[in-house]
Amino acid sequence: MYKILHKEPLGTNLHLLEVEAPRIARKAKSGQFIILRLKEEAERIPLTIADYSREKGTLTIIFQEVGYSTRELAGCRAGDTILDLVGPLGLPSEIEKYGTVVCVGGGVGIAPVYPIARDLKKAGNRVLSIIGARNSSLLFWREKMAEVSDRLFIATDDGSEGRKGFVSDVLKEILDAEQVMRVWAIGPMIMMKVVAETTRPYGVPTIVSMNPIMVDGTGMCGACRVAVGQQTRFACVDGPEFDGHLVDFDLAMKRAAFFKDKEQQALEMCRCGGEGK
Amino acid sequence: MKKGRVGMPAQDPQIRKGNFHEVALGYTPEMAAEEAARCLNCKNPQCVKGCPVEVDIPGFIQALKEGDLKRSAMILKGKNNLPAVCGRVCPQETQCEARCILGKKGEPVAIGRLERFVADWERATGVPQPERPVPKNKKVAVIGSGPAGLTAAGDLAKMGYEVTVFEALHTPGGVLMYGIPEFRLPKEVVRQEIDYIRRLGVDIQVNQVVGKTFTVDELLKQEGYEAVFIGTGAGLPNFMNIPGENLTGIYSANEFLTRTNLMKAYLFPQYATPIKVGRRVAVIGAGNVAMDAARTALRLGAEESTIIYRRSEEEMPARHEEIEHAREEGVRFMLLTSPVAYTGDEKGQVRGMTCQRFSLGDPDESGRRRPVPIPGSEFDMEIDTVVVAIGQTPNPLVPRTTEGLVIGKHGNIVADEGSGATSRPEIFAGGDIVTGAATVILAMGAGKRAARSIDEYLQRKQS
Repeated sequence: MYKILHKEPLGTNLHLLEVEAPRIARKAKSGQFIILRLKEEAERIPLTIADYSREKGTLTIIFQEVGYSTRELAGCRAGDTILDLVGPLGLPSEIEKYGTVVCVGGGVGIAPVYPIARDLKKAGNRVLSIIGARNSSLLFWREKMAEVSDRLFIATDDGSEGRKGFVSDVLKEILDAEQVMRVWAIGPMIMMKVVAETTRPYGVPTIVSMNPIMVDGTGMCGACRVAVGQQTRFACVDGPEFDGHLVDFDLAMKRAAFFKDKEQQALEMCRCGGEGK
Repeated sequence: MKKGRVGMPAQDPQIRKGNFHEVALGYTPEMAAEEAARCLNCKNPQCVKGCPVEVDIPGFIQALKEGDLKRSAMILKGKNNLPAVCGRVCPQETQCEARCILGKKGEPVAIGRLERFVADWERATGVPQPERPVPKNKKVAVIGSGPAGLTAAGDLAKMGYEVTVFEALHTPGGVLMYGIPEFRLPKEVVRQEIDYIRRLGVDIQVNQVVGKTFTVDELLKQEGYEAVFIGTGAGLPNFMNIPGENLTGIYSANEFLTRTNLMKAYLFPQYATPIKVGRRVAVIGAGNVAMDAARTALRLGAEESTIIYRRSEEEMPARHEEIEHAREEGVRFMLLTSPVAYTGDEKGQVRGMTCQRFSLGDPDESGRRRPVPIPGSEFDMEIDTVVVAIGQTPNPLVPRTTEGLVIGKHGNIVADEGSGATSRPEIFAGGDIVTGAATVILAMGAGKRAARSIDEYLQRKQS
């Protein structure tokens, strides 16, 4: 059992949980993820690690309520426990001194991009960060991102905060203005695809973090397969980060949508109050 | 004079293909007594030599004949930590029963069914608290809680070692829990067997991914374990790498079975993990896992479930009984056939499959006749779900993160078959991580032998 120490609303349907998991916190690195299962009847949900404290033995995870399982997780309070929590899974980000790097976080993707930006900064890079979302209420961690970035840019689709437009618009301006050695982009699949298309003509290596459907997270089930160039890779053990210029995003989006109707069915059951406790 | 074996009562195929309850119902006490009476109690029993975990077969059957079920169970458990599991899933027909003297002229004693009867009797009447040996005050770690790990752990605990089992999933049991379906091996049976291992003093820790949460070397150097047994199994599913294989609706057998068995997707939405099965399901492969998947598909509502296999009936690796059960339930067999490509709709969902016909050529290195594609034999068929069940390879997480461990060309850990010894003296390995995908009982045999060598190693180290 893993105790929830702290819970915080971050925006519309956005939640932060700080969970006690000393063994995982000791090993966690930026770019990795965990899988949790709230209770016996629950799904195993993969979530990228947003932050960790080795001293306190805690992990921070941030998630958006999108379906039945995340809604159930959102119903937890500080003091509640999570039945199963496993990790750290996947390979860590390749943190090196590259020079000028850009970290792009879209929506809930701001959470996993934060520790990467922090570690890149620590490694001596000049870090330019761009965070964006549909509107201001979906943005969070502005101060934390600013602290680890040489410059922070904000963009919203509706212009309710920062500049009106997409993160990729800001990115393009940066790419036109200066030499960027590497880009990290984490967020909705469509955003990562657009970022990869933006950087492609500039030839700037672009890392994206895939969050496909998973079951075990240890390479056993193959649900998380991602087409990368000519190869099929498993996001859980070969990723979750891949070369954005090689990922087949269209396939990834179709795969991610496979259980949408089932999720709807589960959600409707829970709205009717038929939730089996 | 010569009597055949007592038949096993089973659920009617037409009914059982619509539920997940156990297919084989088990002997009644009368049936067990009648079958046990067939055993000749040979002076030089050949059956025992066919058992990878060395069960005293005539011994437990003799006690059963005498009506002393308690003693019968004790004899079984003396060698086999998981008898209720073995009685259900062992391929007895190629092991103990293959050597039974009665089998020379008629049918061998139904050893597996009797084993199941005795183990079930004990589970129903209450398993007595096992005796705890004198503690040796030495810690041994076991990685993986499948058949190999549980057997090694149980045997080491019986010798007095302090054993901790580390399991990556949230439930112990490995393939017994995620792979083999409820209708063939009820999960409650597995839970009770694991409970017995715990009562032997074994500590089982779930959600621990060795190679990620910590490494084997950390266990040895920082956590005080003096030896480690690795039984992490053949976790990685093989795919064929043919066009369209990443369309949705194409599952690995591991995913299909894990969703259903471990995550209980057949109880969706009470259990939140979903599974989707279309009207026409194709299962690629013809091993036990393929049969499990094909039969599971029917139970999940498929109208048609077809095994697609590139060799002929004779080469099918599944147990005869599994093939028969599948056939009775209406699973179709399309033999000498293999897919070459899949096609999908605009949503990326698989809708069709192009297959090719094969003929059989000369035997290959496995001794089975090699399938040879027939040029121009391609044809299309409509399908909406595919389960790829063409085998698994060893999980690389532990081998990759353990220094100095010699790894074979298939990613397997190189270990001595007799002792489980690896290239590092304090590390032993057994089961599918060494052999590649095999059977529950072979993994258990490897776990048993490794436990013995770990004991010898630790005693040697002490002196």
